[in-house]
Formats: sequence, C-alpha cells, structure tokens
Amino acid sequence: MIQVIAPRLTPGTARLVVEDLRIVVAGTGTDVVDEVSFTVQAGEVLGLVGESGSGKTTVALALLGYRRRGLEMAGGRVMLEGRDLLAMSDAELQGLRGARVSYVPQDPGSALNPALPVGVQLREMLGAHRDSGGTRAGDRVMEVLAEAHLDASPEFLRRYSHQLSGGQQQRVAIAMAFACRPSLIVLDEPTTGLDVTTQRHVLETIRTLCRSYGVAAVYVSHDLAVVGQLAQQVAVMYAGRVVELGPTETIFGRPVHPYTRALLRAVPSPERSEVLEGIEGQAPRPGRRPPGCFFAPRCPDVLPVCRESAPPIIALEAGTQLVRCVRAGEPATRGVGIRTVVAGDPAKAPSGGTLEVRELCARYGLQPVLFEVDLRVGPEQCVAIVGESGSGKTTLARCVVGLHDNWTGNVDFCGEPLACGARRRTKGSLQRIQYVFQNPYTSLNPRKTVGQIVEQPLEHFSHLPAAERERRVVAVLDDVSLSPDFLGRYPDQLSGGERQRVALARALVVEPELLVCDEVTSALDVSVQAIIVELLRRLQRERNLAMLFITHNLALVRSIAQTVVVLSEGKVVEQGPVEEVLERPHDRYTIRLLEDVPKLAQVRVGGSR
Amino acid sequence: MAGLGTAIQHPAAGSGIARLRRREWLSVLSRAVRTRRGTVGVVLMAFVVAVAVVGPFVAPVSPTDFVTGPFSGPASGTPFGGDALGRDVLSRVLAGGWLLLLMAAAATLFGVVVGAAAGISAAYLRGWADALIMRTVDVVLAFPSLVFALLLVSIIGPKLWLIVLAVGFSHAPQVARVLRASTLDISERDFVKAVELQGVKPRLIMAREILPSLITPLTVETGLRLTYSIIIVAGLSFLGFGQPPPAPNWGLMINENRIGLQLNPWGVVVPAALIALLTIGTNTFSDAVARVALGVERRAEKDSPLEDHVLVAPR
Amino acid sequence: MVLINVKATATARSRRPHPIRRLVVRRLGAGVITLAIVSIVVFAATQILPGNAAYAVLGHNATPARLHALELQLGLNRSAVAQYAAWIGGLLTGRMGSSLANGQPVWTLVALRLVNSAVLVALSGLFGALIGVLLGAIAALRKDSAFDHALSVAALTVTALPEFVVAISLVILFATVVVQILPAVSLLPPGTWAWQQPNLLVLPVATLVIVVVPYIFRMMRAAMIEALESDYVEMARLKGLPVWRVLLVHALPNAVPPTIQVIGLNLLYLAGGIVVVEYVFDFPGIGQGLVSAVSNRDIPVIQLIVVILAAFYVFMNILTDVVALLATPRRRIAR
Repeated sequence: MIQVIAPRLTPGTARLVVEDLRIVVAGTGTDVVDEVSFTVQAGEVLGLVGESGSGKTTVALALLGYRRRGLEMAGGRVMLEGRDLLAMSDAELQGLRGARVSYVPQDPGSALNPALPVGVQLREMLGAHRDSGGTRAGDRVMEVLAEAHLDASPEFLRRYSHQLSGGQQQRVAIAMAFACRPSLIVLDEPTTGLDVTTQRHVLETIRTLCRSYGVAAVYVSHDLAVVGQLAQQVAVMYAGRVVELGPTETIFGRPVHPYTRALLRAVPSPERSEVLEGIEGQAPRPGRRPPGCFFAPRCPDVLPVCRESAPPIIALEAGTQLVRCVRAGEPATRGVGIRTVVAGDPAKAPSGGTLEVRELCARYGLQPVLFEVDLRVGPEQCVAIVGESGSGKTTLARCVVGLHDNWTGNVDFCGEPLACGARRRTKGSLQRIQYVFQNPYTSLNPRKTVGQIVEQPLEHFSHLPAAERERRVVAVLDDVSLSPDFLGRYPDQLSGGERQRVALARALVVEPELLVCDEVTSALDVSVQAIIVELLRRLQRERNLAMLFITHNLALVRSIAQTVVVLSEGKVVEQGPVEEVLERPHDRYTIRLLEDVPKLAQVRVGGSR
Repeated sequence: MAGLGTAIQHPAAGSGIARLRRREWLSVLSRAVRTRRGTVGVVLMAFVVAVAVVGPFVAPVSPTDFVTGPFSGPASGTPFGGDALGRDVLSRVLAGGWLLLLMAAAATLFGVVVGAAAGISAAYLRGWADALIMRTVDVVLAFPSLVFALLLVSIIGPKLWLIVLAVGFSHAPQVARVLRASTLDISERDFVKAVELQGVKPRLIMAREILPSLITPLTVETGLRLTYSIIIVAGLSFLGFGQPPPAPNWGLMINENRIGLQLNPWGVVVPAALIALLTIGTNTFSDAVARVALGVERRAEKDSPLEDHVLVAPR
Repeated sequence: MVLINVKATATARSRRPHPIRRLVVRRLGAGVITLAIVSIVVFAATQILPGNAAYAVLGHNATPARLHALELQLGLNRSAVAQYAAWIGGLLTGRMGSSLANGQPVWTLVALRLVNSAVLVALSGLFGALIGVLLGAIAALRKDSAFDHALSVAALTVTALPEFVVAISLVILFATVVVQILPAVSLLPPGTWAWQQPNLLVLPVATLVIVVVPYIFRMMRAAMIEALESDYVEMARLKGLPVWRVLLVHALPNAVPPTIQVIGLNLLYLAGGIVVVEYVFDFPGIGQGLVSAVSNRDIPVIQLIVVILAAFYVFMNILTDVVALLATPRRRIAR
C-alpha cells in the first residue's frame, strides 16, 4: 500500500514563523542552536530531522516558548499566529501553552504523572484553558478520548499511567495535545519505543487530526522514513543549525547538502539489499564547534574554504529549497547517489560452526516466553531474528549463549549439545560463541581501560604471553577501526559508537565462530548504526563468522542477513531467505509487519504528486 | 588482584595496555580533601585528633589532681576553671579524648568488617544464605543501637571491650544492607554478565569485577559509621556507662559538670565542643567523599538529587 | 507490547485493596516472629547468663540465703524454657512481675512513663515532620540559592551532633548560662501527665525536633527536586497549567512517599533517642526508666521496656510502609 503524501497546500496565513532562533548555554553564551528559520502553514506538517546533538528538541521546546534549565533564549523570534512567543511574559505563555500550541512528548510513560489518574490529567488540560465550545467538561473529555481512539469510559479515566500500554499512553498524550484545538502541535519523536504497528496507528491519528482541524505541526524525529510519510516540508538539522530545508519530495529525492545525502545513504531499506554508508566521526557538541562549516570535518565534498568561513545559505528550486552549503549551486552534487547492492557471497570452503536450535522452550520463572523455536545458522551465515518487543528475541539470544538457563530443548553447536547455563558449558564452546550486548553504555566496565577490557577474554581463554596478547588486542582494535590510542582510554571517554566497537573487539579477540549480536545498534544514531552494520558485514566475511543478529528493525535485516526468522509472541511465524520473506511473505503477521514499516523508498519514488 | 602494576611497552603506542585504576579510591579521597567541605572536615578532624592524642602529654597538671575549688572560674593556673570536684578542666580535657577515639575507631572497624562480610556474602551466595543473613539483620535492626548497648551493659557490666563490640555489632546491619544492595546492583550490570559469559569462576568475578566497584560505597559508609560510633560511645559515657570515674572521659565530664553549668560552664562546653567538632568533621568529610565518588560514577547515570550515601535517620 | 486490557478492566477494581492487605498480613507475620526472637534474645541476655542473675543483682551483698531467696523469686531454679514460657505468659496476660529495685508492679511503673514518652515522641515527630517538610519544600523551590545552601550546611552540621550535645547546648542557651527562660530539668511532679506542664516539655521536644528535622528536610528537598525536574512536571508546565497546580498537584504527591518513609524512620529513631534526652532533662519517661533500671540491674523492668521499644519499632515499620504504599498508586494498584 503506497502512502499518499498530502501535497503542500497553497500558502495561506503562515501559522508559525521562526526567524533566526538562537539559544545559548546560560552563563557561557555558547550557542546550542543558531540561525534557525522556517515557516509552517495551517494544516501542514514540518519534519525536523536530526541526530543526537543536533538541537532539535531544544528547538521544539522553544516553539512553546520553553527552555530547559541551563539554557537561555538569545535571539530571534518565534511567531505564532503573528505573536512573538519569545517576547511574552510567563503568564501570557502559560495561557498559550495547551490552548494555542501544545506538545506531544517523546516518552509518554514518564511524561504522565504516575501519582494522578489519567482522567485528572486530561481534565485539567480542559480546565486550565476555558474551552468555549459550550459542551460540558465531562462530555468534552469523552469526545477527546474517542478522537484518539481510546476507550471513552469513566473506567479508563480512573486508570493510572502504569496501567496503560505504551501505545495507549501516547494516545493519551495526543488526546491532551489536541483537546483544546490548538493552532500548532509540536511532536517530539512521539513514536520512539512503540512497536511498528502501534506507530502506524499513532501516525494515522496524528495525520487525521491535523487534517480535520487544520492544525499546523512540527514533527521532530531521527527516523527519516517516518518523517517522509507524514511531513510536507523537511528541515534537516546538524550541530544546532538547519542545513537544508525544503519540500519532502525534494529533500528526499534531490538532496543537496552533503549531510542530508550521507544521512539518506545510511538509512536501511527493507526493499533493497544495499550497503549502508555511515558517517565516521561525531557531531560537534556546543562549545566544540569548529570555525567555518560544522560538517566540514566529516564531509566527503569538503573544500578548503569550508573550514575557514561559515557557509552561505543558497536558495534552489525557485526558493523552495534552502541549503547551507557553499557547493549547493553545483549541478553535479544533486541526486542521492546509488548505493551498492549487496552481492551474494561466493561459496567458500565451509569452516566455522553451525548452530542448531530445536524445540527450544524458555520460561521466566513460571511464565513461558518461547515456544518450540527451531532455527539453524549455517557456517558463515548471518541469520537475523526479527520481532517486536515482547516477542522473545532477546530471550532466544540469551538462551543460545547461556545467559538465560531456564529452558528446555536442544541447542547444538557443531554437533555438540550445549548446556543450559554458561557455567555448565565447556570452555571451548564458550569461546567459540561470543555475545555483544545492546547497551554500549553499560556493557563495559567503567573502571577498566579499553585495553584491559579487550584483553580480558584473551587472558581467560588462552595462555599466551603478555606481549602476544597485546599484539592481538591492537590487531583486533584495528579491525574495528580503533587506533592504538584507544588502549589507554576509559569507556566514559568514548562515544556510543566507539563503545560498541570496543564491545565488538572484545567479542572478536578470541576468534569465535558464532557471534550473537543483540540489538547492537538500537541505542545508536542512524549514521553510526550504518557504520557498525557495515563493520559487522565486513568482519563476517573476513573472519568466516556465523552470526545471529537480533533486531526489531525490519529494514536493517536486508543489509546484513541472508536468512531471517520472524518471531511473534515467542513463536517462529516465518523464516527463510531474506528476499523471499520480505518480498513474498506468507504469514499474516509478517505481512502486516512489512506493511506497517515506514519506507523511505516510497517517498523517493513517489516524487511530486 | 593479580597482575597489576606492570606496563608493557608497545612500540607504536608507547604506553602499552595500562593497568587498572588501582589507586582510584585514593584519588577520590585526595580530591575530596581538596573540596571545600572536605578541607573543613579534615581540618576539624585533625584538630580534635591532635588534641586527643597529644593532649595527655601536654596537660599542665594530672587530670585527677584537685587543684582548685569546685566549679571555680577560669584563673591563671586553670584557663578553663575547675570541674565538679575541683580538678583542672583543661588537663582533663586534654587527657580525656584518646580512649573515646580508640573505642569509636575499633567499633567502626569491627562493625564495618562484619557488616561488609555479611552483606557481600548475602548478595553473592543468594538463596537461603541471603535470606538468613537478611532476616538476622532485620532482627538486630529492631533494637535502637543505644538500647542494645545498654541491654548488654546491664548484664555484663560496663566493660569497655563490651561497649566496643556492642556498638560495632549495631553498625553491622546497616553496613550489610548497603553493601548487599551495592553488590547486587553491580552484579546485575552487563559488564559483569559479559565476564560471566566466559565461564570465569564466580570467585574471580567477585574479586576482579565487583569488589573494586565496592570500595567507594564501603569508604563512604565507613565514614558515616565512624561518626555514629563516636556519638554512641560518647553518649554511653555520658550516661555513665563508659569509663568509670575518675577517668577524664569527655562524655563523662559533660555529665559530671552539668550541675555546675551556671558556675563554670567550661567544664561542659569544652568537652562538648570537642566532641561536636570531631563528629562534624567526620560527617562533613564523609559527605565530601561521597559527593566526589558520586561524581565519578555519574557519567553513565542520570543525576539524582539525593546522594546514595545520605543516611535517612539518625543511627 | 502485548497487554490484555479486557481482563484488567474487569478485575482491576476487585484487585485494588489486595496489595495492601497482603503487605500488612505478611509484615505482621514477620513482625510477630521478629518480636518473638527479640523477646528470646532479651530474655536470654538478662536471665540466662554466665553466672547467675541473682548474683549479678545482689553483687557483694550476696549471702547464700539471700541468693537462694532471690533465685526463687526470679524463678531461676526452673529450666530456661520454663522460665521463658512463664515470662512470656506473664507479659501477654499483664502479670509482669515486680521491680527488683522497689518491689512495685513493673507495669505500674512503666505505664505512666510510657504515656509521657509517647507524648514526647508524638510532639517531636509532629513538629519535626512539619518543619522538615516545609523547609525541604522551600529549599527545593529555591534550589542553589543562599537560603538553600545555608540550610544544607546546617543540616550537615546538625546531623553530626550527638543528641546530648544538642540538649546541653539548649540548656546552656535557654536555661542556664545565656538566658534563663526555660527550665533546665523537666521533673514532672509524680502523677501529673506530661501535657499538664507544657513549659517542661519545650526543651526536650525542641532537642528531638532539632535532631530529626535535618533528615526529613534533606529527603523532602531531594524528593521535591526530583519531582520538579521530572518529565511529568515539565509536561505539566508545557500544558500551560498554573504554577500552583504544577507544584501542589503534580510535584508534591510524588515527593511525599519517600518523605513519609523517612519520617517513619525518624520516629523509630526517636524510640532510642529519648533515652539520652530524658536523662538530660530528668524527664520521667521510659528512656530514663531504662537508664535507671540498667544502673540498678532491675531485670524485669529492663525486659519490659526493651520489648516495648522493639514492639514500637516493628509497628512503626509496618505503619510507615503501609502509608507509603497508600501514597504510591503505582505500587498499590496492580497492572
């Protein structure tokens, strides 16, 4: 089902005009965001795209005249229906918030007060801003609930937020945001943490409500595919600046700024098996931004002039597309560029182990979580396990490596059956199967150096002399593209991507035959994710590794795995070669999953309509 | 912890694989001393400890000699006047601190060692051992520590070693609780599981991965316990259950000289002030250490306005 | 996320009171066991000891005849278990024996003192909680101001002081040396209730209040700050709610549960703290009673008072946990 993107409406009165917004760190004056300008019309959605550190949430909050502690508004205007929010008093802002501009938070679980029933939180929204509709508050609340597809009953209103699912919590937040019919809604990554199907429903709700009431919306996200489905305009932010701004079709179809293009090349697609291209390095934090263009250190098209002076803003396509790059005018830089298709690997002499799982049933305490799971990982093969939260995929990975021992069934590696828990397994089998954790911030001992962390398994499994161990540690760090300088650093000095690479190095230093990666990119930005995924692919080929790759991101599967196993509620609903399953799915769950995944390709292909 | 201290020379890197932050807790301590609170705490502690330790040797007269009238005011030979029986307050004060400090330190050491062993074992062994230890902790905690000490004293008599044991024993449950919680918390972290996955023996995991992370909460807790040891031991002496008269014990002095407050307050004020300065010093320094330690660990965690170390009720 | 809401709808109401009931029952059970163990320990400590309880009491005056008479009186010739059973039986039925110091029934001696101490604890707890909560909330609202810093330093200092130092300081300041507006001792004429002489209560209560306020203050401040900096308070502000509503309806209810627990713990502490304070002010409560009983080796009195204190401990623990649970919807209502 191809999504129809609503065409850009004819310019009416601009609901929101942001001019040269500048926000700095209080006290030091270091800029966090600067020169941010965009316009949003009634009924239109602007997608504000950026990775961590881009300042997008800071901008989003500023649209309500709000800033977090430690920040200060230092310049510019935020004009909502002609009135500048930044020039208003607290009392005036309080009157506007909720009534004329409202906010949908990223994490509804923590944005809803755990001590108050949701009904109270909904009603106070209506109570605080006199709704002049004439209907009684009680009826109004029910209306609001129904609009958001929630159970419009008094019983529901009595519930507390911890009694609701993630999707319901977010709908309550959306209901609160639309309750007073504001002119502008700011949504801050509202579907993070929701599973794909719930996400689709939530996006539908937002789209419908916006259209029905002519509400302007700013949708902040790092997920380009989602933005592509919802927004008519896109603003791309990098290191506190808007680097590209324009209609969705243009931005995704003919991006000009090198960062936008690099970002698009990093986004995985469930429709084509392509090599993902990440962006090496990190976005500069406030206070560490270089003179000249902020993206210059990482830019593939950089010129000497980029490092010296700030890039100009160049208008293209009859003024509808704005690009902050000195090379914007050059014809050769237009276009996305084609990504390399992942070729099937030529057959090699099989080495490495095979993993055979048969009738695996696992429980947490008395609660069963996996039911008769069968799967096989052949030598040098990558099998992706895909499922939503609660599907049991992490439990499966943990059973395989021995972190979870409450299971029955057979798990054989190279013909040798494995015991339930790691403590009961042979040293050899432990060495040959290695595991990488999801969260790079907690999987490394903060009191040890990178060198010690990576050396430790080598010390445990082998009896090599210290000099030889060190040599291998340096070699494996090199394999994951970390220089020997990293040996003496501590984890808190590294970025998320670097930490995950250290975790990978630790797993690889003992030369395993099977690598189990448990959602290893979920905590990382898209551009960093692409790097890690490509790294894994390369390492898999070079070291003849078999790999079990756990993820909830269906799109990612195509770029890394040959076989995919789809899990739902602890059962395998479908498995097979990646192309087969993704293009000709049989199971209803898989079909629905594929439909619900927002796809970037449609936007590009759809073009202008 | 084996294998520490030697650096390997790698030609390219020049520094080799560096070793553990072995001295991390020492660096935490030294950083704590340099903060404002830390400096104040250390200075106060040092002052009082100096008075207590050096005092007996510099006292002008013997603490038990009768040199003036009861509760007489400050005079040339007796800068703080006389106490209830006409002894020199200054000399008694100088001589009356060291035993108090010694007992408090011993009680703290005993309590911390027993408590730490209990808490870490409970967390490490899990299962029934854990339950047994923690139930015992609950029972011991059902006594206010002062009452517990009084109870023991009532039976065996005010023996000093008994007081040390009783006070130490009353600290053990709290230490056990804190360390058990810390151990459990650390054991659940991914980096510990990563090592478990290699099949490393639990004993080694405890020694290499968990214990180093425990040194900080242990240090903080020890500081707190020291403060309360001093308070309880001084309190017991005040009540008359410490060194018997005519010993120049600070707590005892306060009690003995209470009646003559209006005649010569110094007999009460000086020892009270010294006790207060000492406990304020230890408490402030513990607080400084805890803040520095929390700062070190805060990098991965979200800020919490209540530091973990803060005790939520006296004793 | 798979959540079965249909079922929850039907059973949510019937499930609501159960977590509390379950907790109370479980805790009461544990509490009874704890008390039993405590009573055994107390009993063992005081009666089954190396040497002989009678000898310990009589000391040098122990002629064989008197020893024997005392042993009979104390029932020391029976087996340990029988003695314990007798004691527990007596405890539970109100026959608690006679004081060894003056021969009066133990319960009569203790009952009046118990009431007086209860008054002291109640007043101190009440004022301490009120002042601590108020100061903590204000400090949180004015975080990092001079006021806040001053209070935090004061709290740090006061928590380090022994209670007798606080007590003596108050005596020096208000009763003897500096000014003399309050009595230095609180000798209640025998037979009067504590509340009939309020000015005798001022200093002891003030001492206890000063000792506990810093702890309550610190927790309230921290809990309030955590609430004020939370996502849900930020959301409340972004909804355009008036400031008073954000503070009172959104922030405060979340700061209350941890503070309740601290208040409870401090009330527990007071059970022990009154010992020293009553001694300083000669206040006729069970704390002072315990001290003199220990000095006199008056075993029946010691046993009773210690058991009373332990029972208070256990009860307060349960009460605190129940109140905190009631105040936290997330814990008292199942998903």
